[in-house]
Amino acid sequence: MRVGLFIPCYVDQFYPQVGIATLELLEKYGCEVHFPLNQTCCGQPMANSGFEHLTGSCNSLFIDNFDGFDYIVCPSGSCTLHIKDHLHAENHQDEPKAQHIRKRVYELVEFLTDILQVKDLKAAFPHKVGLHQSCHGQRGLQLSQMSELNAPHFSKPEELLSQVSGLELVALSRKDECCGFGGTFCVTEEAISVRMGQDRVKDHQQQGVEYITGGDMSCLMHLEGILKRQKSSIKVVHIAEILNSK
Amino acid sequence: MGNNVLEHSAASEIFNKDTERVGWHDETLWFVRSKRDKAAHQIQDWELLRETASAIKNHGLSNLHDYLIQFEQNALNNGVQVHWAADAAEHNAIVHSILSKHGVKQMVKSKSMLTEECHLNEHLSQHGIEVIDTDLGERIVQLRNEPPSHIVLPAIHLKKEDVGETFHQHLGTEKGNKDPQYLTEAARQHLREKFLTRKVALTGVNFAVAETGEFVVCTNEGNADMGAHLADVHIACMGFEKLIPKREHLGVFLRLLARSATGQPITTYSSHFKKPRPGQEMHIVIVDNGRSNQLGRADFRNSLKCIRCGACMNTCPVYRRSGGHSYHNAVAGPIGSILAPNLDMKQNADLPFASTLCGSCSNVCPVKIDIHDQLYKWRQVLVKEGHATIAKKLSMSAMTFTLSNPKVYQLGGKIGRFMMQLAPFAVNNPLNPWYKQRDMPTPPKESFREWYLKNKG
Repeated sequence: MRVGLFIPCYVDQFYPQVGIATLELLEKYGCEVHFPLNQTCCGQPMANSGFEHLTGSCNSLFIDNFDGFDYIVCPSGSCTLHIKDHLHAENHQDEPKAQHIRKRVYELVEFLTDILQVKDLKAAFPHKVGLHQSCHGQRGLQLSQMSELNAPHFSKPEELLSQVSGLELVALSRKDECCGFGGTFCVTEEAISVRMGQDRVKDHQQQGVEYITGGDMSCLMHLEGILKRQKSSIKVVHIAEILNSK
Repeated sequence: MGNNVLEHSAASEIFNKDTERVGWHDETLWFVRSKRDKAAHQIQDWELLRETASAIKNHGLSNLHDYLIQFEQNALNNGVQVHWAADAAEHNAIVHSILSKHGVKQMVKSKSMLTEECHLNEHLSQHGIEVIDTDLGERIVQLRNEPPSHIVLPAIHLKKEDVGETFHQHLGTEKGNKDPQYLTEAARQHLREKFLTRKVALTGVNFAVAETGEFVVCTNEGNADMGAHLADVHIACMGFEKLIPKREHLGVFLRLLARSATGQPITTYSSHFKKPRPGQEMHIVIVDNGRSNQLGRADFRNSLKCIRCGACMNTCPVYRRSGGHSYHNAVAGPIGSILAPNLDMKQNADLPFASTLCGSCSNVCPVKIDIHDQLYKWRQVLVKEGHATIAKKLSMSAMTFTLSNPKVYQLGGKIGRFMMQLAPFAVNNPLNPWYKQRDMPTPPKESFREWYLKNKG
């Protein structure tokens, strides 16, 4: 199966190891992975700031890059959700292409559990780990059950993490509270954003974690910024890196 | 933004200076959210109940013209006087005219967010009429000359020490006494005298039933009943969206309301008012004040389903850490942020941005309002209507230019990651809000693209 690898802009620029881990994982499970070189960004930073009307050219570029793949896979719930909800073609005749992409774009974790149906990860990560549920992955893509609902429990990231040998996953006191990154919110509402991040970090600290993991590097980048400022020994690691660890 | 209103971000920055208090505020409201979860999880068909409530409200809003007329007719038949107010000014004038007719200069009022929205107290005070809020939380904030910070828990931003000090100043309680029982008793004695001497009582309306012309008022303190039963004149004010078609629908809404609000199975008092008792006068004021406008906005009409439970506020991680006053609107939190721009776009343009769009609000909403989607949609509307700051517009245009031109983007990657310079977490400079309390990510020696070209290209 031909997979188009969609790497979020900030991952490309700041966390190349997450892109590498994603690519290696997909290849390990037999995907033919292509990285379209002219990709930039999904346009979410503009859209969430109220400038969705400026994202037309960004969308066209995305369609040009990702047209014709069986699947498009991205190591970010947030970017995936944005494409799923908001990708439209500027001209009418390209809309079927946009529709195909919207249907075929997957966040990495759900691609592994739902499409590749990975049940026997050969990965080892002998550490105490806290899982940060990114809101767009969890509540947007429904990668796991949400604490607000009266509905049966499930968790796709936990399903995968439970296959990693040596990994001890802690229980948090607030298992799905937002970290406060929120795109441009992180600077336009700096005080709240930081406080939310500090509170998330504290929850993980209280459980004695060595690593905070998650499916969205943007949330983790925000938490990492706080951890580093506190000179904490806790590190952040994208879930792709854990799943790809030997 | 209006001249005298502090934007949400600025107000919450001030609120966040007292870090210990923010922690307390967050924990207090999280406790309420947890109680709500426990109550909701005890009802097996909770999600079906939400769906049903949402559908009833949807039907009600789609047929409002008929139900309003039906309600009015039934209320008139019951001997109630019905008034229609197009806006806040008309609402205030109607209430004032009823008071004037009776030559009354004092009134008791139970909780009504509508009268907060219309600034009724200020209006009446300008005409020499004293309003006593009888909900304990509302009375506390009224004594402090503050607006409520929460629609269900108006004084939730205050600690018992604050209440002790307020009562010491205004009600003459012992200085330093913060014992809740002692303070509540003082409030009881203080309010008892008001209940007994006031001739007019105003209440809000939680639900108005079209088929019977009755209305239901929910309180935990019984203060609405105390006021209405002791007064010669009962005025009930309602936004027109409070209407439900049938009495049996209360079986859905009353089960949802208190569980969502505080985790109680039902409010202590759910009082039905249908007709004036002999010798009493009963008025209902039905208010539009922008609701027709909202009803006409396809993307935002569902916000009128709101039953004012406050669950979205209790769950909102931003509300819990910014306090209700940061929202500078009668209704704060996520629901306030989608209602407020309809009332005044310029003044409330900041509110839909006071959210991470995490979506928890939509999940707890008992009538399934798509709150976080509406926040996103309001952002688009506000920017198009010209309510984005120029700086934001410029950086967004630059970002759009970069992100839609791969050559610029890739060149940027090489000559100092130009595109990322537009991203807040990339500018290492003390003026950058990211850097104030967070470190920057360490730039890697090569981007993923560069690695890919070297290794796979």
